[in-house]
Amino acid sequence: MAASREEIIAGLAEIVNEIAGIPNDEVTEEKSFTDDLDVDSLSMVEVVVAAEERFGVKIPDDDVKGLKTVGDAVGYIATHQS
Amino acid sequence: MPPASLRASRGAPFARLAGVGGYRPSRVVPNEEILRHIDSSDEWIRSRSGIVTRHWAGPDETVAEMALAASGKAIASAGITAEQIEAVVVSTVSHFSQTPAIATDIAHRLGTDKAAAFDISAACAGFGYGLTVAKGLIVDGSAGHVLVIGVERLSDLTDRTDRSTAFLFADGAGAVVLGPAQAPALGPTVWGSEGDKSQVIRQTVPWDEYQPGDKFPALRQEGQTVFRWAVFEMAKVAQQALDAAGITAQDLDVFIPHQANMRIIDSMAKTLKLPEHVAVARDIEFSGNTSAASIPLAMERMLETGQARSGDTALVIGFGAGLVYAATVVTLP
Repeated sequence: MAASREEIIAGLAEIVNEIAGIPNDEVTEEKSFTDDLDVDSLSMVEVVVAAEERFGVKIPDDDVKGLKTVGDAVGYIATHQS
Repeated sequence: MPPASLRASRGAPFARLAGVGGYRPSRVVPNEEILRHIDSSDEWIRSRSGIVTRHWAGPDETVAEMALAASGKAIASAGITAEQIEAVVVSTVSHFSQTPAIATDIAHRLGTDKAAAFDISAACAGFGYGLTVAKGLIVDGSAGHVLVIGVERLSDLTDRTDRSTAFLFADGAGAVVLGPAQAPALGPTVWGSEGDKSQVIRQTVPWDEYQPGDKFPALRQEGQTVFRWAVFEMAKVAQQALDAAGITAQDLDVFIPHQANMRIIDSMAKTLKLPEHVAVARDIEFSGNTSAASIPLAMERMLETGQARSGDTALVIGFGAGLVYAATVVTLP
């Protein structure tokens, strides 16, 4: 079954916490991965791969560049999850 | 006429690493020097790559000179003489003469004129490719001892003004001697290529389009794509090499991945779930990315510093432009 927006945010928060050490409750839709969450371009790859596994989506490298905020990623996953 | 009955050669039952040697150019280049040409910071370079200093070759530290220095140490460490080397395999992407191969000059100057000598082009997987070729030569009887050299002057192919690569590449040479063995000391190689990604790491301008006065060709890469492939796809290849050798990560003493980037090394070790007792090569901190030279250089450094010991079981994996990769388990010399 497809994950809800809330479930996707909660899942991303766990992933960002694991990779960048940011507390889960700070991972909210308006936050920028790079500017607010200490996720640089290489950590972003780790976030993306973990999200792919968790939500059963494929996020090609060309699309990763468009995911600036947590909300961008939530929207992408919600649209593309199987 | 029926085909003539041929006599085939037969070599040693197995091959092993008999010796290792490295050469690091004398000039140490700190991040501050890199920062003269790019808008970046020491902190940014360290956090993205783990590199603090690297060695860049001077005018006299040519590809051949560095290779000779590393080879001399490897031959001495193997306890043989240069005349006993029957094949010389050189992996490099930064020897700027198409022909002849640099390997023949190296063989001649080492004093093993009759050795088979040739270059291979397999970028950062060149050491593993060379090792695999050498193993085959020994087991099929084509050579008793084989010298495998990885040597690069990547500073010549570095765009000093490109903030994503200027700090990354470096120079050096690493060599190993392989010889016959009575018991397995090299696992099967898991290797391959992914030519659909041939542009992910590339030379900016092909030599036949380069005009004098143009900006000299340099290496470029798509960092995120390389990172994803190196960490997640290469971790699978590394695991396959363990499986092929019939061991698990628990049986390993040492992990020597190509020294591409500290972040790749750390993420790969994490993805592979290596036990804490496994010593991980992190030579990149003070050596940068030396492509084909990085694994033997790191191997020599770990043996010198006591992080690894002769007889230890090590997983080595190289990966790079092509894209190409090669992973194998070795018993350290």
